[in-house]
Formats: sequence, structure tokens, C-alpha cells
Amino acid sequence: MAENVTYTLKDFKSSNEVRWCPGCGDHAVMNAIQKAMATLGKKHEDYAVVSGIGCSSRFPYYMSTFGFHTIHGRAAAIASGVKSANPNLSVWQISGDGDALAIGGNHFIHTVRRNIDLNIILFNNRIYGLTKGQYSPTSERGKVTKTSPFGTIEEPFNPGNLVLGARGTFFARSIDSNVKHSQEVCTAAAKHKGTSVVEVLQNCVIFNHGAYNDINDPKTRADRQIFLKHGEKMLFGANNEKGLVWENGDLKAVVVGENGYTIDDVLVHDAKTESMNLHHALIEMALPSLPVAFGVIRDVEAPFYDEEMEKQIAHVQETRKITCMDDLLNSGDTWEVE
Amino acid sequence: MAKEAKVVEREEVVVRFSGDSGDGMQLTGTLFSDTLALEGNDISTFPDYPSEIRAPQGTIGGVSGFQVNFGNGKVNTPGDQADVLVAMNPAAIKAHCKFVKPGGTIIYDRDSLTEKNLKKAGYQTNDPITECKLKDYNIVPVPVTELTKSALADLDLDNKSILRSKNMFALGLICWVFNRPVQHIEEFIQRKFAKKPLIVEANKKVLKAGFNYGMNVQAMTPQYMVDKAKIEKGKYRNINGNVATAWGLLAAAEKSGRPLFLGSYPITPATEVLQALSERKDLGVKSFQAEDEIAGICTSLGASFAGHLAVTSTSGPGLALKGEAIGLAVMAELPIVIVNVQRGGPSTGLPTKTEQSDLMQALYGRNGESPVVVLAASTPSDCFEYAYKAAKIALERMVPVILLTDGFLANGSEPWKIPAMADMDVITPRIAKDPETFKAYARDPELLAREWAFPGMEGFQHRIGGLEKDINGSVSHDFDNHQKMTDIREGKVAKVVDMVPDVEIYGDEDADLLVVGWGGTYGHLVTSVRQLREEGKKVALAHFNYINPLPKNTEEVFAKFKDIVVCELNMGQFTAYLRDKLPQFSYKQYNKVKGIPFDVEELKNHFVQLMED
Ligand code: SF4
Repeated sequence: MAENVTYTLKDFKSSNEVRWCPGCGDHAVMNAIQKAMATLGKKHEDYAVVSGIGCSSRFPYYMSTFGFHTIHGRAAAIASGVKSANPNLSVWQISGDGDALAIGGNHFIHTVRRNIDLNIILFNNRIYGLTKGQYSPTSERGKVTKTSPFGTIEEPFNPGNLVLGARGTFFARSIDSNVKHSQEVCTAAAKHKGTSVVEVLQNCVIFNHGAYNDINDPKTRADRQIFLKHGEKMLFGANNEKGLVWENGDLKAVVVGENGYTIDDVLVHDAKTESMNLHHALIEMALPSLPVAFGVIRDVEAPFYDEEMEKQIAHVQETRKITCMDDLLNSGDTWEVE
Repeated sequence: MAKEAKVVEREEVVVRFSGDSGDGMQLTGTLFSDTLALEGNDISTFPDYPSEIRAPQGTIGGVSGFQVNFGNGKVNTPGDQADVLVAMNPAAIKAHCKFVKPGGTIIYDRDSLTEKNLKKAGYQTNDPITECKLKDYNIVPVPVTELTKSALADLDLDNKSILRSKNMFALGLICWVFNRPVQHIEEFIQRKFAKKPLIVEANKKVLKAGFNYGMNVQAMTPQYMVDKAKIEKGKYRNINGNVATAWGLLAAAEKSGRPLFLGSYPITPATEVLQALSERKDLGVKSFQAEDEIAGICTSLGASFAGHLAVTSTSGPGLALKGEAIGLAVMAELPIVIVNVQRGGPSTGLPTKTEQSDLMQALYGRNGESPVVVLAASTPSDCFEYAYKAAKIALERMVPVILLTDGFLANGSEPWKIPAMADMDVITPRIAKDPETFKAYARDPELLAREWAFPGMEGFQHRIGGLEKDINGSVSHDFDNHQKMTDIREGKVAKVVDMVPDVEIYGDEDADLLVVGWGGTYGHLVTSVRQLREEGKKVALAHFNYINPLPKNTEEVFAKFKDIVVCELNMGQFTAYLRDKLPQFSYKQYNKVKGIPFDVEELKNHFVQLMED
């Protein structure tokens, strides 16, 4: 795939003025994606960015690549068509939590199930920003918004669970403020063959400011975030003094060297295992008892749709009898009228 | 009372096969029709099947029919009423005797009149013929089940397989009645069951038994003679509307050099388009069975953005779901063909029945000012031509095109003179050539069509989308710009008129009455007008395949006639459209929404009445 072309982040910026609110997490995520694209070795004209509707979905206009800003909820379906039509493209889908998981929920799960080689960047700010502050399918139970003045009475989705439920092959989580990490994760997503879903926890400064403060407060975040890497111990804390162990059928956070836990007890992250059990447990981790997992949680190999489609066509064509329309028109039962 | 079999010479004969859904009537009808066509008749067929796939066996709801009209001249319709009905059970007699001409022939399986079957079909007595008031008909009871069983007595077959070949008995008998050989059917059986020699043998035996039965008991049935038709020289095949549609799109892909992508979702009666294209991996088709109707068009629109000939196929309810995405295609100015095989509505309506009631939806069923090109095919085989044309217009003018067919065309079939690809019109997609001057929404000043550039083309990177934008492709909320862009989108569709041939007048230019129709009613309208003219009436037909834009000469044609009657299988949608576009004329209308095609007799009576008034 690498075509030995190098770019800089600037090559991916368009001349359009970026209209997101100052301080919105979207700015940082876009930077991370542009940096990732610059280093992937793919030709500039082979990138296509497809989005739906929502604040983050303005994204294609701020890019200098091919871009298609579509309609609410349908980005996954449209991106699926782009990639299936031309598998050589690097296709990125930008969606928010409302776009991908509410109105576009059906397309989201089916795209993941088909395992089309798309990179879906899911900007999760847990609110509807563009329509000015209504709860979304990732808003926590009890959330007070303009359309839930007395608090919501429904459970939110955890996007990673939907990915697993649809037998997804790639799921990663990142957070807007950590540009370097987002870039790493997006690069890994681009390299994965199949549908890659990257959930970026994104702060909406206007309508849901501080939604991730408990996770992302600089003073405490070392203890509340764990960055997973395939093949490495699951350690966290300011000095990596904490780790995750498996106990009584669930994950548990421990301090290495205390209460009889040694470094040998700490789990090693295996993103490549097909088994979903541990990936599920990692996706579900939540404060206060456990840190929130970031990084590539799942990255398994499986047949992917766009390549399968090409293979099937090639296979049929190897032994085809019909090679052109004239063949087809004249095939089967025909007769001459003299 | 033994009489010789009387031979009846006819120009056209209509046969209807009817039986339980599980009796194989569609196959029986198709095989008989193929035989007729191979033997040189012109034919028109119409399957009439229930929407419940497995309605309770033996009930009225489970009756499935197949009607074929064949003749020695041009046959345009499957016929109003049947000369001969073949009924496999009492439910079929009850449900379909109304489709038989007064005094016509009804051949039925005598052995099927069991108490259980009679009860399931809701008879009060054990005499369906009296109960259905069929005394004046030529009634031919045949022991189909018993004779099928005895034909297969020496084969090692279970009872179920034996009963399953009953339809072959009926088919053999009908071949004798119409003096057609069983050889083509035998060849079919041989091909279809190549791996099951026992089944081949059984089917052939029963087929022969049916044929011989006809010969042996001549006394009971009239034998019909229909000469070969005088048709244009050339190579022919049978084709139905759905396959013709699929093939027209394939032909356009080959001619234009743009690979074909179909995003679709199964829906009656359009599913066969998806199936026929899914089969064509040999020709490189990418078919994508999506999770829903919306994803069907959206994947297709993605493929259009990526440079493919993009198609989606559906029926009424699916068109409703695709509305928003069609609007996006209008706004983003991407080429796409939307095939809508109309059925009875609203809502789920009559899924297996025909209607023309999606015209307004096709023209206007979207938010905003959202003009698209609308075409309508008018015979099963010309679905090929109009699908091809729809693709040509989309690719050359960068517009979405809706092609309307209907359940009648989709499932109906007719012989079709096979075209040669070399004779098909050239298709030149508007692919951008110069990256220096390319702008996403720059356009040809004459045609108003923009250029098409897709990902992978170096130097053409650009953004499109559903928001209003200015000529450079930047998002714009400017009010004058919105007016201007709306005018452009409207004007671009209007300009397609120079790709539209004039509407022709069939019949007398000085006729007392102009009959106007569109789409799938052509066969019935032209037949009724032809017959009236043969009877000395002055009447003419103008039939439309191009709805938006209308042919240039429409006004001129209408102006020639004093009286215009617009006939359609809806409550008057084309009439309303014409009243809007050409308000200077006064339109009478003739409408029907019964889920079935027009009937030639009913049309003739109506036209005569109009001319007498
Ligand atoms: S409303 Fe919120 S999500 Fe939208 S641009 Fe502003 S800060 Fe970002």
C-alpha cells in the first residue's frame, strides 16, 4: 500500500475558514487526523473523507482531500459505497454520536458487520451540538438537557460494545486533548484492514463542557486513564505503579507490590485475539473503580468486504462464458425469425 | 354425445394457468409461453401471484395465476380475459373464473374436488361449476391427479414428488390443445434437472401423458389453431421488464466505460432487478445488498461520487425512504439512476399488483425544490431502452434520473429482437479533464451540467455536499445565490429536453379523440385504439415515455385535437401534471386503481362513449 509519498499536515488543510467554536475538541482531532494522513504514504488524491450531519461533520470542508458532506446518519452507507466502488482509496468517515449511533445506528452496525475497510472516526461529545444542546444516545442516564429538562430516563450506548456486538474487528479509544495519542490510534486504524472504529472523547465547550473532566483532569488523569498497547503490560498511574489483573471473572485495578500483587499478575494486552471477552471488559471499564481504557483495544484480522467483492468478481471472471453485453444478450434461449 | 374435436382458428388466444402457489403455475405458464415464442408467435404474459409466499394451501388467498396472450400479429397485452382457464383446484376455479370469457373453456383437475379442498375454498356445495354459475361454459373435467399417479406407477417416487409433477400433465394437455410440440419443454426439464435423472424421467412421462390424453379424448376439448406471427426478421429472445431493466443498465455501463454499481434492498416487485444484476459478476457488476432502502441509495451515491454508473432499484415504499438521498444527489449534482417498479399503494398497499401511482412521488416527493428527470418504460422489453437512456441522461447531464416501470411490465414478458451493442447510442460521461480549470460547480453554460471528478484523480480534489453552495463549491447561505442555484438545478433538468424525442401520434391526426397515456399502459391503450380504428372510428394515441421534461412537441400535438382523454392506473396524477404544465388544454380522464391493468374492452367502450357525447 505504501506509495512512498510524504506530506505535511499543511497539505491536508483546505483554505476554508474553520468554523468550530474556539476551544472545541474537534480542532485537535482534525490536527491528529491530518498528521496521521501525512505519514501514511498514501497519495493525496486517494483520500476521501465522508461525513454526515453534525458539528464534526463539517470536517470535509476543512480538508484539502476529496470530500463529501452528506446527510444525517448516512455517512457510513455512503462511505461504504465509495470504498466498495474503489478499494484503492483510503476512506475516512467522520461522524458524531448522534449521526453514527442514533439516526445512523443501523448503517453503523451493518458497516462494522460487513467489515468494509473504512476508518470511522466517532466524535463522541455525548450531546447534540449543532442543534444546540439536546441529549444524545451516549448521554449518561439522568442528563439534563433542553429536551430532557428533568433528566434522561434511558441508558446510553457504549460505542465499543456496539462494535463488538456487530463482530467488529477494530476498536480504539482516544481523547481530543491528547493529539499525539489520537494520531497514533488513527494511524493504527488506517493500517487495519476492515472497519476501524475510533471513538474520540470530545469536549463540546458550549453545550457539554467538562463532560470528560472526571477522566481528563490533569491532576488525576494518570490514575484514571490507561493506555493499552498490544503485547505490553496493562499499567497505569503517574509512575506506572498500577496495573490491571483478572480476578473473580472481572478486571481489577491493583497497585503492583501491594496486597501480594506482583508485576507477573498484571495482564498483557492482546488486541489481536479473536476472543471478545477481555476486549469487552476493557471497553466497559469505568470510574471510579477502574480507569478508562484508551488505545487500540481490538485489532483482529478477518476478511474484509471490499476485497472480498473484488476477489469474487475476479474468481467468477476466470471461468466466465459471458465476456461482454453482446454475449449476454445472445445467451440462453433465442430464435431466428426468417 | 361424442363429437369430433372441433378446430377453432383464431388470431389471438388467451390462456390462464391457475392453481395453488405450490402447484408450479408460474413455471408452467413460462414454459408454455417460451414454447409459443420459439414456435414463432408474438406473446405477452402476465403473472398474477399472491403476496403471501405460503398462503394456506388450497385457499383462495393462495391461488397463483399466469396469463399468456399469443397471436399471429403484434400482441401488445396479455389479454383481458382468457379463452382457456386451466385450474388445478377448486380455489383456482373460484378465484379465477371471472377472468374467463363468457362461454370460454375451463379445464380443471377433477380429482382435486375433495371435501377438504372444497371447504378450504369456501364452497357451500360439492359442485363448484354450478356454484360459480359456469353452466354456460365449456367445462372440461380431467382426472389430472389420478392420471399423473398412474403415469408414474412404475417409478420409485414418493407421493409428494408425484403430486408435484401434476403441472406437467396440465402443460402437456395444453400443448396438445394448441397444437404445440413438447420438445422445448423436454429440453428445459433435461437442463434443469440434469443431476436428477429420475425427476427428468418423471416430468417427461407426465408431460407426455398429458399430451396423449388430449389426443385420446379429443371429444372433450376444442383444438385451437393460431398461425405464426408475421414479425420482423432477426434474432429474438423472451424478456421480462425487470431483466430488461437490469440489462439496459449493464449495456449503458459497457457503452459509457463506467463500471456498474447497484446498491439495493429486496422489495416486491423490484427484487429481480437486484437479482439479475447480482448474477453479473462476470461483467464486473458490483451489487451491494444494503441493510435498508436508504443504505441502498446511499451506497450507490457513494459509488457515484467514486466514478461509477450508480443505480438503486426499488418500489413505492422504498422510493419514499430514498427521498432524502435523492435530494442529496440533486444538490451534489451526482449522476444516479433510481429504478422504481411501481405497485399498488399507499403504504404496503398491494405489493404484487400493478399501479401507476408513484408519478407525483417521483416528480415531487422530496423536501425543497428538487427537480429530477423522470422517464417511464412502456413495454416489458422497452425497459431495456429506457434504462439505457436513463443512464445516458444521468451520466451526460450529471442529474439523478428516476425510471418508472411497474409490476405489470416487471413480470410480464414478450419476445424481443436482440439489439447489437454496436448500434446503441454513444454515452459520454462528463468526466473532468483539466485540473487547472476544474471547479466543483463550474458548468457548461449551455447544458448547465457540471463536470465529474472522483477520488483518485490527481489534482481534482474537491468537496461537495448537501449544503447550498456557490459556483465555486463553497458553502453559501447568501439568498441571491440560493435563488440562482435553484434556477440552475431546475434549468439543467429542463435542458434535458434536447435528448428527448418527439412524442408520436398513433392513428389519425384529425381524430375526434386523442387518447393520452404514459408508461406501462401502452399495450392496452394501443390495442384499444387500433381495434377502434379497425372498426372505423377516428381516434389517436399519444403515449409518453418522457415525463420530466415532456417532449418539445407536446403542446403542438395536443393542439391538433378537440378532445383529450388521459388514461392512467391512478387517480389522475399525469392529468394533474399536464394541467399544470399545459393549462390551455382541457383534459378528460379515465382512471382505475384495482391493482390490475386496463382492459381493452373497457377502454374501447369508454372511448366510444366519449366520442358519442
Ligand atoms: S457546539 Fe460544541 S461540538 Fe459544536 S463546534 Fe461548538 S464546541 Fe464543538
